[in-house]
Amino acid sequence: MARMSEFVVRDAILTDLKETTKEGVIREMVESLQKAGYFSDTPTEDIVRSVLRREQLGSTGIGRNIAIPHAKHAGTDRLVGTVALSKAGVPFDSIDGQNVHVLVLLISPQDRPGDHLRALENVVRFMRNEQFVNELRQSQSQDEVWQLLQK
Amino acid sequence: MAATGGSISGSSGPLRREVQVTNPQGLHVRPAAAFAELAARFESRVTVSKDGQNVDGKFWPDLLLLAAEQGSKLIIEVDGPDAEPALEALCKVLAEFQDDDRINEPN
Repeated sequence: MARMSEFVVRDAILTDLKETTKEGVIREMVESLQKAGYFSDTPTEDIVRSVLRREQLGSTGIGRNIAIPHAKHAGTDRLVGTVALSKAGVPFDSIDGQNVHVLVLLISPQDRPGDHLRALENVVRFMRNEQFVNELRQSQSQDEVWQLLQK
Repeated sequence: MAATGGSISGSSGPLRREVQVTNPQGLHVRPAAAFAELAARFESRVTVSKDGQNVDGKFWPDLLLLAAEQGSKLIIEVDGPDAEPALEALCKVLAEFQDDDRINEPN
């Protein structure tokens, strides 16, 4: 996976998260994926709980205001994700203790560990680019985020 | 992960060992974090490389850049006064890290 647009669902991108807690923003992102047509047969809380259980094992906050919450789910045969931006910032127990402003949620099928590793690599690689992160954080619309993710 | 080679070392230079990723889920976030947290306890510099790409072994997000799947080979290089115990401990944590089947998440 060379670009984040290969797994991010465009219609599920959120540029202004309303929630300000870890649980709240994860739920908001899962609901956004469901509104975009993914996991529509699954109760929202099933996915929210598995992402939160994973967070309890260790935060996915990679520092510099970015987190990559994730879980496996049988309801998909390919890795899908969404990107969300928080203006307020979300306490996330990140590696550097900073609140999170950029979240990338990844939901993987049960049997595709390679895709999960490549998506993680992709997100970390892009997020090391300060200019990319600045432009992402300033994005006001799904379209603006999408344009960046296609680079 | 399992050690596949012995230490290649001089008396004062860095110690290196090649290890193979045995975890079916590869080097995902939790094993990377376990490795980096342990690495950070040692004074020695820790570098992990795969296919010529080198990353800081004390910072787990950078370990994800290796996208190390099951079967891939990593070289752990440790340089400093506590290099020997560090290398032993780091190889051990990679070999012993197990995914928690009760959780069953890819992390």
